[in-house]
Amino acid sequence: MASVVPLKEKKLLEVKLGELPSWILMRDFTPSGIAGAFQRGYYRYYNKYVNVKKGSIAGLSMVLAAYVFLNYCRSYKELSESLLDCFASGGVSPDRVGLVHRLI
Amino acid sequence: MNENLFTSFITPMMLGLPLVTLIILFPSLLFPSSNRLINNRLVSLQQWALQLMSKQMMSIHNTKGQTWTLMLMSLILFIGSTNLLGLLPHSFTPTTQLSMNLGMAIPLWAGAVITGFRNKTKASLAHFLPQGTPTPLIPMLVIIETISLFIQPMALAVRLTANITAGHLLIHLIGGATLALTSISPTTALITFIILILLTILEFAVAMIQAYVFTLLVSLYLHDNT
Repeated sequence: MASVVPLKEKKLLEVKLGELPSWILMRDFTPSGIAGAFQRGYYRYYNKYVNVKKGSIAGLSMVLAAYVFLNYCRSYKELSESLLDCFASGGVSPDRVGLVHRLI
Repeated sequence: MNENLFTSFITPMMLGLPLVTLIILFPSLLFPSSNRLINNRLVSLQQWALQLMSKQMMSIHNTKGQTWTLMLMSLILFIGSTNLLGLLPHSFTPTTQLSMNLGMAIPLWAGAVITGFRNKTKASLAHFLPQGTPTPLIPMLVIIETISLFIQPMALAVRLTANITAGHLLIHLIGGATLALTSISPTTALITFIILILLTILEFAVAMIQAYVFTLLVSLYLHDNT
């Protein structure tokens, strides 16, 4: 099936599923291409939520929420290990076991 | 006791790649630049705050000192935003690392002192001896003033590190204590929770105050030397 628009210039939502692998391979993965993609993404967000006449706190809060979420993903491993230690020592974190024993 | 508490201060790496670079660069995303006269609310707010700070801080300097305005304003914005971002859950605060604070303090202090020695040599050397000291005390006082001069960058860096690190540690400890106490005695847990809220408010203030103090002291060293 011949496309009317060349594959390279289509946006993601217009690409058919079968054409997806070849579309991904055709993207510009040079450093300047990746930088361009980040710049386009930044300006899309900025012009939609921040650079408007009556911007609200939501524009900034979404960025901060994403920052918190990414940091959580980064430290997930350590957090899950410390949770395991917590449940192993009876519902309190291992460094506070002494405190709880003294209070009981 | 300690391993759990200090894991949040480890430099973040992911698969061997230094994520810390991205975290240090992140606050720059929150300060967009604009060429217009009338801007969106975020930029207008930041410009108002910047104007307030620069008027307050740079008015004491002469023309030569005021060439440092850009540097000092970037400094206060960077330290303030980094400290405030560090109060978000799970985030990493670069200013808790002594290496970074030394990297900020030493070049700025050295720049101010060397500017002073190059341009006003006699006046800079005269700083080592306060006016009106009795003659027998002079040698000792020169030594003391030299030591106090060289301790300035160390004090700048350690002050910032210690304040931010101590605040974060206190939040961890009191938060953990509140959690542990909920199963034992809910009223004590409530009191501890109120303490936690007050502490968080304090930490917001400390974040901004420390930025201000750092920049103010650098500007004072500059004032002495221009």
